Amino acid sequence: MNVIFSLILTILLILIPIIGVGVLQLYGFFGIFLPYLAFLIFFFGLIYRVFDWARSPQPFKIPTTCGQQKSLPWIKHSRLESPFTMKEVLLRMFFEVFLFRSLFRNLRADLIGRRLVYGSAKWLWVGAILFHLSFLIIMMRHLRFFVHPVPNFVDLIAKIDGFFQLGIPPIYHTDLFILLGLTLLLLRRLIDAKVNYLSHASDYFPLFLILGIVITGILMRTIFKVDIQSVKELAYGLVTFNPSVPTHKIGILFYIHLFLVSVLAAYFPFSKLVHMVGVFFSPTRNLPNNNRAERYVNPWDYPVKYTTYRQWQERFRDVMEEAGIPIDEEWGKEAQELKQA
Amino acid sequence: MSKLPKPDELLGDVKLHDMPSKHWMDIKPEFQPGRYLYAVDPQVMEDLGLPHLGKWQPHNEKWPLPPDWKEKVREAIKKRLERNRAFKLFMDICVRCGACADKCHYFLGSGDPKNMPVLRAELIRSIIKGEFSTFGKLLGRLAGARQLTEDVIKEWFLYFYQCTECRRCSVFCPYGIDTAEVTIMMREILHELGIALDWAMKPVRFSHFVGNHIGLQPHTIKENIEFLLSDIEQITGLQIEVPINKKGAEILFVTPSADFFADPGIYTFMGYVLLFHHIGLDYTISTYASEGGNFGFFNSLELAKKLHAKVYEEAKRLKVKWILGGECGHMWRVWHQYHNTWFGPVDYLEVPKSPLTGTVFENAKENKIVHICEFTADLIAHGKLKIDPSRNDHLVVTFHDSCNTSRAMGIFEEPRFIIKNVCNNFVEMPENTIREKTFCCGSGSGLNADEFMEMRMRGGFPRANAVEYVHKKYGVNTLACICAIDRAVLPTLMKYWVPGVEVSGVHELVGNALIMEGEKERETDLRYRPLKGKEGEV
Repeated sequence: MNVIFSLILTILLILIPIIGVGVLQLYGFFGIFLPYLAFLIFFFGLIYRVFDWARSPQPFKIPTTCGQQKSLPWIKHSRLESPFTMKEVLLRMFFEVFLFRSLFRNLRADLIGRRLVYGSAKWLWVGAILFHLSFLIIMMRHLRFFVHPVPNFVDLIAKIDGFFQLGIPPIYHTDLFILLGLTLLLLRRLIDAKVNYLSHASDYFPLFLILGIVITGILMRTIFKVDIQSVKELAYGLVTFNPSVPTHKIGILFYIHLFLVSVLAAYFPFSKLVHMVGVFFSPTRNLPNNNRAERYVNPWDYPVKYTTYRQWQERFRDVMEEAGIPIDEEWGKEAQELKQA
Repeated sequence: MSKLPKPDELLGDVKLHDMPSKHWMDIKPEFQPGRYLYAVDPQVMEDLGLPHLGKWQPHNEKWPLPPDWKEKVREAIKKRLERNRAFKLFMDICVRCGACADKCHYFLGSGDPKNMPVLRAELIRSIIKGEFSTFGKLLGRLAGARQLTEDVIKEWFLYFYQCTECRRCSVFCPYGIDTAEVTIMMREILHELGIALDWAMKPVRFSHFVGNHIGLQPHTIKENIEFLLSDIEQITGLQIEVPINKKGAEILFVTPSADFFADPGIYTFMGYVLLFHHIGLDYTISTYASEGGNFGFFNSLELAKKLHAKVYEEAKRLKVKWILGGECGHMWRVWHQYHNTWFGPVDYLEVPKSPLTGTVFENAKENKIVHICEFTADLIAHGKLKIDPSRNDHLVVTFHDSCNTSRAMGIFEEPRFIIKNVCNNFVEMPENTIREKTFCCGSGSGLNADEFMEMRMRGGFPRANAVEYVHKKYGVNTLACICAIDRAVLPTLMKYWVPGVEVSGVHELVGNALIMEGEKERETDLRYRPLKGKEGEV
C-alpha cells in the first residue's frame, strides 16, 4: 500500500511536466518559475529548520560513549568514540557524516532455538554510502552547468568519474553506483520484514523520486540526448538571475528531470531528508565526553526543593543520638544549604 | 502475579524476522500479567506533591484521565520540544533505516515490533505529526501520523516502561538518536498526567525523606555495617571500623544503598571496606547522603536532581576534599553527565588527588567525583596493593559492562584491569555483547519489579545467553559487574537462564584478593565459600 502509493505519486509527478511542457508548452513556468520557487522553499525552509533546532537549547551534555573514556594517563582512551576535546569531536563527526561510522557497526541478530547469533550486516552501510557519496559527486559534476568557466576540480571529478570509458558517451561510475545504492535501499525496505513493517509511504517516496531523477538524467546523457547548449543557457541564466527560455527546444526529458529535482528541493526541508543537516546537531555525537572536567550549563536549569541536612537531622535526631551518630548543631542554622544553579 | 513459563518455552513466540499482518497503529495495547508494572499508590504522589490519578491499575479498561488530558499532553510535548534539542531533533531526523531494529534487548526477547527502538519512538513521533503538523494531519498514516487517543496513552505507558534507557540503539543509529532521551521525556509527560510506577516511585519517596531508596534509617545503616564488619572479622580476623558522618575526613564515599544490606551487594561493600583499611584511607560514609543510586532519574529529571542534591550538601557540611563513588550504573550516568550541570560549580571541594599515589584525577577536576574503579586501578598500577589473585582461583570470572557506565561514561578498561589483577581466571563474553555493545540486565531504569518478571526474563535473555555461552565453554561461574541494579537482578536472571553462575561486584573480588596486614590465613572468600585447596577445611 505504502509502496504503491509512493510509486503512483511519482508517476503522477512525471506526468505533470509531460502535460505542462509537452502539451501546454509552459516552458517559462517549468523552466524558470518552478525551479526558483522550489529553490526558495528549499533555502528558507532549511534555514527555518536549522533556526528551529538551534532555538531549542540542549540542556545536558549527553554524548553516547562508544569507547574508552579519558581517565588515567596510562589507559589509552578512544579519541574517536569517546572524544574529550572539541578537536576529537570534530574527528568523530567527520567519520559519522562522511563515512557513516555508526552504521558500519551494524549487526544482524538471529534467534536459533535458544541461541542468539550475531552476524555482520553491512548491506545497509554499502547501500547508504553508495547512494550518498555518488549523490554528492553527481551534484559537484552538475556545477559545470552553473559556473563559467567550469572550475578545474569539476573537470577533474568528471574525468575520474568516467575513467573506465564504459560506453559512448562514457557512463559515469557514480551513475551506476547511485542506481545500485538506491536499488539496495529500496530492496531492503521491501524484503526485510522489520524494515518493511516500520516504513511509511514517506519512506518510499524519496527513493522513487530520486530514482526518477537519476534515470531521467542518465537517459538524457546516453539515449535520448537533449540539447546541452540550451540546458547550459537556461541553467546559467537561472543562477545569474537573468533567466530566459532557450531559443532551441531542450526536450521533454530535461523538463521531467528539472521538475522532479524541484519537487525534491521543495520537499526536502519538510521531510525526513533534513537528516542531512540535522546530523550535525545531534547531541549524542557532537558533544565531548569530558563532563566531569568541564561544566556544561543548562540555560533553563532551576533550583528544586530537597531534604536539607538540618531537616533530615531533625527527623532522625533521636535514633541518631541513641546510635551514637554525631549530631551537627552548627550546620544549617543559617541558610547554608546547597546553592543551586 | 502470573506464572512464569519455563526457559525453554518462554521464547517460543519470538520470531525476529516475522512481523504481524496488522499495521502497528491498529494493534491495541494489551496488559498481560508479567508484562507491565503496577500504577503508583496515590499516597506516594501526595507526599511528594505530585499529580496522580487516584486508585487505578493499568489493566482497568477505563483509565481515570483528567478531563483536560489531551490539552495537558499537547502542552507537555510542546514544552519539551522547546526546551530539549535532543528530543526535538530525534523526532525530526529519523529516516527509519531500521539499523536499531534488532539492537534492543526487549525486542530480541519478545519479538514485539513496538520494542524496535524506531517504532518505540514512532509511538510519539506519530502523535507530534498528527497533532502539530499540517502535512501530518492531511496525509495521516501515509506520513506516519495519527491522532491522540486514550489507547495511545496506554501504549506509551506500556512501551516507555519497556525501555531501560540503556542506549544500545544509540550506538548503532547513524544520527545517534538515543531512545533513552525519548523515554525520559515520555515518562515525564506521563508523570504530568499523574501516571507513574509504584515500583519506581516508592524508592523516590524513601530517598527524599529518609535518604536512601529502601528507607534505611541512620541507626539501621550503622547496625548493618557493624553486622558486615563482624563477618569481616570472622573471615580475616581483623577488627575494622567504618567512619560514619565524620567531619573533616578527606574523602566522602557514596555508594548505592543496596551495598549496605542486600546480597550480593554487601560483599562488594565488604570489599570497599577492606580496600580502604588496607591503604589507610581517611574517608567517611554518610547516613544522610546514603544513596548513590537515583530512582528519581527513572521518573523525571527534576526528581533526579532533587535526590542527588544531598550528596553535595553533605560533602560541603563534612568539609571533605572530594567524593568517591561506588559501583553503580545509572548512578554514574547521573553523576557523570548531569551532576556538573545541576550542582556546579563545585568550588568548595578540591580537585581529586589520590592520597597514596599522588595521581590527580584531571578527568574529574570540575565535578570532584572519582569512580572507585578509577581509584583502585590507579592504586594497582602504582603497586600500592598487596594482592593474592589465587584467592579467587575458585572463580572463573566474566565481566558484564553495565549500560550506563559503558555508553554514558566509557569506563571499560579500569574494571577489566582490576579484575585481571585480582583474578587468575578471566574470560570475555562474545565481542558483540560487551563494551559499548553490551546488553542490559533487562530490569534497569526502575523496571525490576516482581510483577514484571516475564518481560525481565525476556529482556535479560540476550545478556544471559552470552553468559551461557562462556559458562558452557569456559566454565564461567561468576558474573562480575559494577552496578547495583545488576547485582540486584542478575542473580534472578542467572537462576532462570544459566543456573550455576553467581553475580559479584568487582570490589568483592578485590576484597577476596587483598593481603591485609595482620590478618589470619583465609579459609573462605567473603561469602564463606571455601577457597581453592581449602575445601576440606571448612
